[in-house]
Amino acid sequence: MAAKKFTIDDVKHIAQLANLVLSDEQLQKIAEQLSSVIGYMSKIQALDTKGVVETSQVTGLENVFREDVVDEKRMLSQESALSNAKNTHSGYFVVDAVLEE
Amino acid sequence: MLLDKTISELAAGLRKKEFSSVDIVTECYDAIEKHGKELNAFITVIDNTTALTYAQKKDNERTENTSPLHGIPFVLKDAYITQRIRTTSASNVLKNYIPQYNATVYQKLLDAGAILIGKMNMDAWGHGGSTENTDFGPAKNPWDTTRVAGGSSGGPAIAIAARMSAFAIGEDTGGSIRNPAAWCNITGLKVTYGRVSRYGTIAYASSFDTVGPMARTAEDCALLLELVAGQDPYDATSSPHKVPKYTQKLTGNIEGIKVGIPKEFFGQGLDSEIKKSIDIAAKKFESMGAKLIELSMPMFDYGLPVYYLIGPSETSSNLARYDGIRYGQGRNQFTPETMRRIMIGTYALSAGYYDAYYKKAQQARTLFIKEYEKALSSCDVLLMPVNPTPPTKIGELMSDPLANLLADVYTTLKYWIRISARN
Repeated sequence: MAAKKFTIDDVKHIAQLANLVLSDEQLQKIAEQLSSVIGYMSKIQALDTKGVVETSQVTGLENVFREDVVDEKRMLSQESALSNAKNTHSGYFVVDAVLEE
Repeated sequence: MLLDKTISELAAGLRKKEFSSVDIVTECYDAIEKHGKELNAFITVIDNTTALTYAQKKDNERTENTSPLHGIPFVLKDAYITQRIRTTSASNVLKNYIPQYNATVYQKLLDAGAILIGKMNMDAWGHGGSTENTDFGPAKNPWDTTRVAGGSSGGPAIAIAARMSAFAIGEDTGGSIRNPAAWCNITGLKVTYGRVSRYGTIAYASSFDTVGPMARTAEDCALLLELVAGQDPYDATSSPHKVPKYTQKLTGNIEGIKVGIPKEFFGQGLDSEIKKSIDIAAKKFESMGAKLIELSMPMFDYGLPVYYLIGPSETSSNLARYDGIRYGQGRNQFTPETMRRIMIGTYALSAGYYDAYYKKAQQARTLFIKEYEKALSSCDVLLMPVNPTPPTKIGELMSDPLANLLADVYTTLKYWIRISARN
């Protein structure tokens, strides 16, 4: 795979996926940086991985269960759960509207 | 100075009442007063009256059976959740965050009677190898303040080198304990993944993140690991394997131990002074009865690309939770380096590129495991450099993102496989 040159539109698309709002200056800068960094990382394409199984974790553990009971020691009170929120209302987190009227 | 002693020497002195916990803690605060501002190692210093009151309490309650960490002062990288104590991960996103619970490793140290002195500066979210990518100002190397301390656990390493703490808990994903330990001339241990619970650790890359000790000596690290290791019901990836008595294994006898030296790690790019120091260490091991075996690990060149595809992929996913709604500030507060890593990771995981980057890197990870298994079938341990160069000048790495990544060339090779490493 040839080294990819990132355009401003490419970066805008990735930023949207990443939920980041970038200024025009940041878009320009990151386009250049992604081209250089991803270009370097692309040397991985030379590695022969045909038929190699992926490793996503190294513990070898599978299906680690716990008893299906409530552990009250780990529960936060409503007051504590909301203690770091900037915007609350009647004991709830306030979020931006997701539906339009 | 009391803080020149090892933890077991401090513990013995406390029991014999040769000095008190108050004396040790006082030394920490004197050092902080003297060097704290200049080195910028701390993000939060615990109020000294609180710490000294606690030390006095520990002095009063000490018995023959108390833990060796009882009354010993320590610091935490600011990546560990501490109830009612601000925890920032060195990012403005969390500049006002006050956690509601304790990380397991912190709780274990509190239960043993250790005394928290401060929360330490680091590269934000673990993103860096110099403690410059921080919203709290760069940390400085205590041996030369024009140079970086290394990172991402720079603050903890400085605190030990400058005698502001007896020990620290760092966190290592791609070198974050080993790199600052090497550059600040202390001892750091990157433990095997799963050996210590990650519960309450602010995540960087979840399949790599490890919690490990930083201290003055290997003996200190062994003692600390014995205490903090073990299975935790709150971390499903923590290892069920029994925790060995690491301290009992420190016999000083390395007769017949086979030390593997992978030749690829000593090629172009390695600073000659660092190479010379490793040669001296190797000769020393040989004179003590160890056998040196040169071997080859040709996957070396692929280490960085694999790490810098999987790490950012996982971090882009982990950092997606910071939306400023339940806690913290908005996503526009991330530093340029962190935004870059989120962007790289998002790209590597995105439709159409997943197979070429993320999946490919996960397959390469399997090949690395095989390569290490092969190497370790012919020797007992591997001897490698930690950093390619001595500490860089402040600002030097921040100007070039690729150079910044390349500085991790050696350390990133040891994290994704089931292996531990020490500086």
